[in-house]
Amino acid sequence: MKAIITIIKKEWMEVRRNKLVLSVVLFVPLLMVAIPLVMLGIMGRVGVSQSDLDEMAAMLQNPLFAGLDPIEAVQSTMASNFLVLFLMMPLMVPVTIAAYSIVGEKMTRSLEPLLATPISTAKLLLGKGLAAAIPGIATAWVSYALFLLVARFLVVSDKVYAIFLNSMWWVAMLVLVPLLTIMAVNVGIIVSSRTSDPRAAEQLGSLIILPLMVLFIGPLAGFIQLNAMTFWISAAIALVADVVLVYLGVKLFQRETILTRWK
Amino acid sequence: MIKTEALSKYFQSDGREIRAVDDLDLEVREGEVFGFLGPNGAGKTTTVRLLATLIGPTRGRAWVNGLQVGEADEKIRASVGILTESPGLYERLSARHNLEIFAELYGCKDVRGQVDKYLRLLGLWDRRETEAGTFSKGMKQKLAIARALLHEPPVVFLDEPTAALDPEAAKTVREFVETMRGQGRTIFLCTHNLDEAERLCDRIGVFKQRLIAIDTPDALRRQLFGRQTVVHLTPGSDLPALAQAVQGLPAVKDVQQLPPVEGSGPKLVIGLSDPAAQNPAIVRALIDAGGGIQFVNELRHSLEDVYLSLINENEAGWGGAR
Repeated sequence: MKAIITIIKKEWMEVRRNKLVLSVVLFVPLLMVAIPLVMLGIMGRVGVSQSDLDEMAAMLQNPLFAGLDPIEAVQSTMASNFLVLFLMMPLMVPVTIAAYSIVGEKMTRSLEPLLATPISTAKLLLGKGLAAAIPGIATAWVSYALFLLVARFLVVSDKVYAIFLNSMWWVAMLVLVPLLTIMAVNVGIIVSSRTSDPRAAEQLGSLIILPLMVLFIGPLAGFIQLNAMTFWISAAIALVADVVLVYLGVKLFQRETILTRWK
Repeated sequence: MIKTEALSKYFQSDGREIRAVDDLDLEVREGEVFGFLGPNGAGKTTTVRLLATLIGPTRGRAWVNGLQVGEADEKIRASVGILTESPGLYERLSARHNLEIFAELYGCKDVRGQVDKYLRLLGLWDRRETEAGTFSKGMKQKLAIARALLHEPPVVFLDEPTAALDPEAAKTVREFVETMRGQGRTIFLCTHNLDEAERLCDRIGVFKQRLIAIDTPDALRRQLFGRQTVVHLTPGSDLPALAQAVQGLPAVKDVQQLPPVEGSGPKLVIGLSDPAAQNPAIVRALIDAGGGIQFVNELRHSLEDVYLSLINENEAGWGGAR
């Protein structure tokens, strides 16, 4: 356990000194909190016309929004959709940390001395994985908490606020966020093993957010309804992907493979 | 301390088998500085990686500190120090943080004490809080050496420790290797710097995928070139007559005549089995034949001569085999 903590400590010391990584870790979550809050504020203040309501009819068929008046429905719908952006944090933050951590070590050739220590590859991988995953989960949870704190003052009614605390978001935060983080860490490792440029690794790794866009665009286009079941299904898909990615990540993260096959 | 039996490592590349290390039989004794010499790409780094359990052998066996490679890898890694070809430091972290991380990973009981000790020993104390990335090559190498020794390993692998260093930094590193020898550590030194090997190593192994020769530098010289006495004669000496005078002596194996060149008189190079015992008779015979002797010394071939001769013989042998 001590060795894992040492690896996490070392990774975080390096992140603290890497302005590029630090900016992603701090800036992206702030942006993701700001966007739904701004939407919430705007939607609470603008008038809603009949034509607006007609366009949103499909979304309003979502039982989640039943019993809400038009302003409440619009505010909760838009804010809920943008809340999906919170799920980008457990993807982007770990991918960035893992990419810079592993490719950075390849560039400075510091992986070999590290591999020469008595630490097992499993502990080393776990240490590096946790160092990337913890900030990803923490930023998602802290951002959600921050959103809930500020949203309390921007919602037009308690009924809207209750939507941000319903089971759908608990599934997203407590189940989907950790699963997405595991996915991102392993994608970071896999991508890092094939490139020697941290920016390229980060950009390639960032493609992982594309499937998540279905949850963002789907409700707006009307072909997906945001509810607990949607997130449970997403979590199941993420779990399957995680099993495959963890297998590949562990296979790639072996002493001999790193020293002789990584580019 | 280190022993290998038919240790081999093959890699696959584009469907071809590349033999990086082939049938290596080796024994390095406790407290010895062993030089592992070979050209670039000879497989020296692969051998170190095998012995430090960073990669596994394709076949064969090896023991380090009495522990078998492949069976007690974590214990082996805990008992060896390794200076990799490149320092591989965390450039954004201070010298102290670089060492603290490794002291913790090696399980040092007194992390702070060991880090302070090696920062002082290697002259890095005043720069301990400075980012390693700002260090000169020499300082980075010193920090990497400190990192390899933090856990006081009895066996240390040094892979090209002075490559790319300026003469002053290289001298400091060599002096530190001497210090480590004084502490009784077993040192496995990979190098293609022959002067360094000559100065530091008790024994050397010449290696190119296979072990070509292994012994002390002097013994290898004797095996390859025998022992030779050089007699510096006065200008105008009758070289053929004097060569004739010693040719028939029973101790003499061969005689080479070196005519005078600018600034130097004629010389005879005489092959002998025991120059210390046989030189007096040689000198007497030359004087009796009317020769004037300026001085006598033993011809000492450089380690470079030995190395090149072994490598060339090996190439010729493989060429013949092909």
